[in-house]
Formats: sequence, C-alpha cells, structure tokens
Amino acid sequence: MAKINIKINNIPLEVEEGMTILQAAKLIQVDIPHLCYHPDQSVRGHCRVCSVEVVGGRKLMPACATKVWEGMEVFTNTKKVYDTQKLLLEMILANHKQECLTCQRNGNCELQNLSKRFNLTSPKLPNVVEKLPVENNATCIVRDLSKCVKCGRCAKACREFQGIEAISYTGRSSHFKVMSAFGENLEKTDCILCGQCTAACPVGALVEKDDTDKVYEALQDPTKHVIVQVAPAVRVALGDAFGMEKASIVTSKMVTALRRLGFDQVFDTNFAADVTIMEEGTELLDRVQNGGTLPMITSCSPGWINFMEKHYPDQLAHLSTTKSPQQIFGALSKTYYPKVSGIDAKDIVTVSIMPCTAKKYEAARPEMGRDGMKDVDIVLTTRELSRMIATAGFDFAELPDDDFDAPMGIGTGAGAIFGATGGVMEAALRTVYEVATGKELVKVEFNDVRGYEGIKESEVDLNGTKVRIAVAHGLKNARVIMDAVRAGKCDYTFIEIMACPGGCIGGGGQPIKTTVDIKKMRMDALYDIDESLPLRKSHENPQVKEVYDNFLGKPCGHLSHDLLHTTYQKVDKKYTF
Amino acid sequence: MMRDEKGMMTPELRAEIDAILTASGNDGSKLVGILLDIQDIIPMHYIPEEVAYYLAEKLNVKVSNVYDVISFYASLYDRPRGQYPIQMCESIVCGVNDNGFVFATLQEMLGIGLNEATADGKYYLECVPCFGACDVAPAVRVNGKVYGHLNSREKIEAMLAELV
Repeated sequence: MAKINIKINNIPLEVEEGMTILQAAKLIQVDIPHLCYHPDQSVRGHCRVCSVEVVGGRKLMPACATKVWEGMEVFTNTKKVYDTQKLLLEMILANHKQECLTCQRNGNCELQNLSKRFNLTSPKLPNVVEKLPVENNATCIVRDLSKCVKCGRCAKACREFQGIEAISYTGRSSHFKVMSAFGENLEKTDCILCGQCTAACPVGALVEKDDTDKVYEALQDPTKHVIVQVAPAVRVALGDAFGMEKASIVTSKMVTALRRLGFDQVFDTNFAADVTIMEEGTELLDRVQNGGTLPMITSCSPGWINFMEKHYPDQLAHLSTTKSPQQIFGALSKTYYPKVSGIDAKDIVTVSIMPCTAKKYEAARPEMGRDGMKDVDIVLTTRELSRMIATAGFDFAELPDDDFDAPMGIGTGAGAIFGATGGVMEAALRTVYEVATGKELVKVEFNDVRGYEGIKESEVDLNGTKVRIAVAHGLKNARVIMDAVRAGKCDYTFIEIMACPGGCIGGGGQPIKTTVDIKKMRMDALYDIDESLPLRKSHENPQVKEVYDNFLGKPCGHLSHDLLHTTYQKVDKKYTF
Repeated sequence: MMRDEKGMMTPELRAEIDAILTASGNDGSKLVGILLDIQDIIPMHYIPEEVAYYLAEKLNVKVSNVYDVISFYASLYDRPRGQYPIQMCESIVCGVNDNGFVFATLQEMLGIGLNEATADGKYYLECVPCFGACDVAPAVRVNGKVYGHLNSREKIEAMLAELV
C-alpha cells in the first residue's frame, strides 16, 4: 500500500492509502466520536457523529466513511465540529428512551459514553421518542425499539455475518425502524437466536434476556443443590468485562467467583465436551463403516441447529445426533450425578454459563429433559455472569485461584478448544484417529483446521483411508457448505459448523465490544489452555472413562442413546406454500 | 400491526400473482413494480403478510427486504385499506381550488375520518401528494382513475355513485 501525507489538527503524519480519517486519527491518539461505526462491519455513515472538517470541503465529512487523500488537512477539534457533533448527539438523545438507570446496558452503553464525553448535562431538546412496546416474551433476546438509535449495526451483523436478515431496515424518515418484517416476534422469523445483534447493538435496544434472578432464587433456596457448568469460551472472555487484559485466561478466578456466589458444585463443560467427542466420534466411525448419512455435521452450536431446522430442513439427516456439550452435561447432571452424589435429581438445579444466547433456547427445548425435569434449568450468558460478579462486589482480577470439582470437572485440551472454530473438528480427529487406527497420535495439533478463515478444508489419513473434512463459522459460510451438500457436490466426510463468527469465543452472549482482533486473541488463549493441559485427548479423560465404566456403558450404547442423543425437527416458516 | 389469517392465498390469487411474476421475468430487482401490480389485484389494495412471504420465496429474496420496500414507499401499504381507496390530493393546486371542501364533504358523506375505512370495507380515505391532475383540480384518484372538478356536492355524489 502506498504511503500518503496528511495533516490532522495540524499534526503531519504519513498514513497508508485507503485508510479512513477515523482510522488515521487513531495514529495521533485521537478517538473521533462515533456511534454507528463498527470495526468488523462495512461502513454505513448513518449517524454523522464522526463529522469532521476537511480543508477545502464544503460540508463536514463523516470520518468513518471518508478515505484520506494526499495532502488532506483534517480538523477534529474546531468549534464547528464540536457544535455539530454535540447537536447530533442531542438529537439522538431526544429520540431515545432514556431509562438509563434501569437499562441493562447502564455503564456499558456507547450513547451514554458519548453523552458523558460531550458533557450533555442540560439537553435543550425535549424527548420526543415514540413509545413502542418492549418485546420481552422471547426465550433469548429482548428488543426495545424505543431505545434504538437507528445505527443499523444489528441488521449488518444479521446480514454480513450470518446472511439471515431476520431484522432489516423498515419505513422511511421518522418512521424508520430496524426490525423484522411486519414487526413479527423474532422467534417466529428467520432468526436463529445467535445473538450477534445483541453483541453489535451500541445501546440497550437489543439485549439478552436476563435470567440472573432465577439463579439468585435457586441459590437462596436451601432445599436446592445448585450446580454450575462453564463453557470453554467463557474463561477467555470473562476478564474483558472487568477491564483485564483482553482474552486473559481467567479459569481459576472464575471458579472462585462461582463458588463464592454460592454454587454448591462448580463443574466444567469441557468434561461434557469430552463426552461429546466420545459419542460423536463413535457415531462418525459408525456412519463411515455402516453406510450412514455422510457428510456428518457437528451439532454443538444451537444457533446452527436452529438454522438447519429453519433453513435446511431437508438436510437434517446430516446432523450428528449427539447432543451439545451443554445438554450432555445437563442430562448427566440429572442422571449420573444424582447416582454418584446421592442427591435426588428433583433437588438439583443445573445452571450453565454460556457465551451464547441460543443456548437458552436449546435448554428450553421440550425434548431436553426427562420426567418433567429440564436437563439444564437456567442458562446465563457470559455477560449475565459478569453482572452477578459485579453485583456481588468481587474484585474479579484479584480473586484467588480455585479448581473445578469432581466428578464432572476435569476437561482435556480437546474439550477446551471446542470454543474456537475448528476446535470440535480437531478434538474429534484426535480421538477418531486413535480409535480408527489403533495407533498413538503423536502430533495432536491439526493446524489446517485452526485460524479465522471462513471455510477451512483438509484431508486426514486414517489408516490408509483419506477422509476429507471442512470447518466453517458464521452462517454465511455455512450456507456455502450446505448448498454444496444439498447439491451433492462435496466429498467431505465430516464437517464442523459454528453459527457465530470465530465459534463460541465470538458468541452472541460474550462481553460487549468483542471485535475480530479480540476473537483471535481468545482463540490463541484456548489453544494455550490446550497446550498447558496434561491430557489433550478426550478419550484419555479419567472422569470420562469413569462415567462410561460405571454408568453409560459404551459410547453410542443403549443408555448413551437415550440420554446423550437427540433428534431434529423441521421448523416451518410462518407461511408455507 | 395488522395480522393476517392464513389462507389468504387462494389458488386464484396465486395464479394471478404468478402471472405478474412471470411478466416481470421473476426478477427480484423489479420488486417495486411487482408489488404495485399485486396491490392492484388484492381486493383491499395492500400487500398481505402472506403474500410478502410468497414473494420472498418465489423471488429468492428475504421477506425482510420485501417488507423494507413495502414500508419505504408511500404508495405501498402493509395493511388493508378498502375496496375503493379514495386518494385526495393535498398539494398546492388542489389546495387553492378548495380541496378542503372535498375532504370535508367526503368525510361527512362516508362517515369516516382520514385513513379510515367504512364499516363494509368499501371506501377508504387518504391524502396523497400531487398526482398531476392540476388541470382538473380539485381532484381525487381511486384505483388509478382520476375524478376532477369536484367543486360541488353533486359531483362528489356522482363520483361515489361510480364506485360500486
């Protein structure tokens, strides 16, 4: 890229051609205010809060959408710029439901931050926001369009990351809204509940459904034995919410926090991920050997399952019937755990901490339980857990270390990497290779399936049989794969798909302000965890061996089939023709 | 928001819509024209939700995009109007030719207000910008047909008498 010379606020600097003013200003430590801009999305220039003066320009220009040119002179600090930015903010505030003190995003809101930055202590404009009903009857996502600032980031996330477009632009001028077609409830649209919109929203217009009260209630009930499982991707993201270095590995502090919050046992979803590999790996080998439906596709990501049921219902046979780690843990927590602990299943409350909004929906599925009990009772996102920790007043970064409990607290490195795109594939290969070949896998890393690339392909040699595999993340990429599968134009044997970009580390329930760069750091952190563990293959997990020896029998055996496998159903659109 | 019951799509309506789609080459980029044509043949002159879903499927576009277009253009409606939507011009030439008389008389004769339909769903009153009938102002337009010189009660009655 060619270098060009520009000046910002009279400071000369050399920048790369093609940069925007917003990006260039960061090089001289100036953060131009912005609201609709999101570093991972295409630029839209809706809000104009980033307006700056360019010498020679007739009008102010949006810094997010204007590329620098040779000799450009920019001023970000003139009175005209300041007055314009401030007036724009005042107008946005005038059209925003200001319930800041009781808003889920209080203290973590980009509009609130800008309001503070511009010292908007005495707004001159009256509030004229249209009072619209809050959509809070869904399982996962709450929408309050009166708080919407029309930045369009949610719609872009839905379109650019996922290719779903369940929400889009509607109306014009003062009637402009970002919502679903005909204002339909999200769950009844093409929405697959991944929650990427809630992670993209700068304010509190789209938030996860808060279930923390249910957890407090359970924790305070002396008759209940409350156990918790934590997904792999949470431990490399939770620290972000407490201002720690991005992607810090906070596993042992997190365990301490959960114990001090009052959970009776703190378990690890990584254990269940290892069980998943035993089941899914066995299922794969069975399909290969006995002519089952191939390619087999992973089923850990509930957003992905929703996508298949809604968008590719004719292809459901490709999905592995193995439940997700969350639900495998749930099923064992109400069957195996009561057996070994002597606690009645009816008295057990199973809580999950997940990076994901769709996990709430998964846990609420009617087939995910037995005898009138749900396998997983309550699902909290990483964000909800961070709020509980904040409420408790813990100085999270300074908490001492602690370890998960037995008998469902040991996870291998294979379980840990489930949180990154490609991780389930790699974990499965480590086990499948050894089972299929009977040989020891010396080099456990499968670098071809690692990294942030949208679709990754590779080939594995299993005792002379070449097996083609593919990994995709983000449903836009998944669609490319599924169209090939539907057309019979692919020779893959095994495919891993995660709904969210980056996999669970980029889940819709992760801390606000997750960017691609941060996701990559979280991926690295998960691989670091994997490398640091003594056991890196699921089938070597001693607790997994124990659960099979003393309870389940063999993988994909009768009891496994009953507890750890599920079925999928076509979900019709609102109208079918 | 208006909700539709399923079953709006009769085989006859579907055949008519399919004909419109075929005439436009099943081209999703011609959505505005397609929607206007369909709105003309729907008895209550709007785009029912079920029809929007049908178009999304046939044209391979997202239903949210179809709704984006319907809600963006003032001439497209997402809720039932009437068998005869009476579009009263509110622009300046009709204004200086006393369109206020037309508004008031129609509201009084039909017993409805602006953006309301008569109980039988037959008539619907709405204001629109100029549709180019200034030479015969004050004017209204009903399902594409212009009725001009509406400067007396008799002329308005005669206009309504045509709408049966």
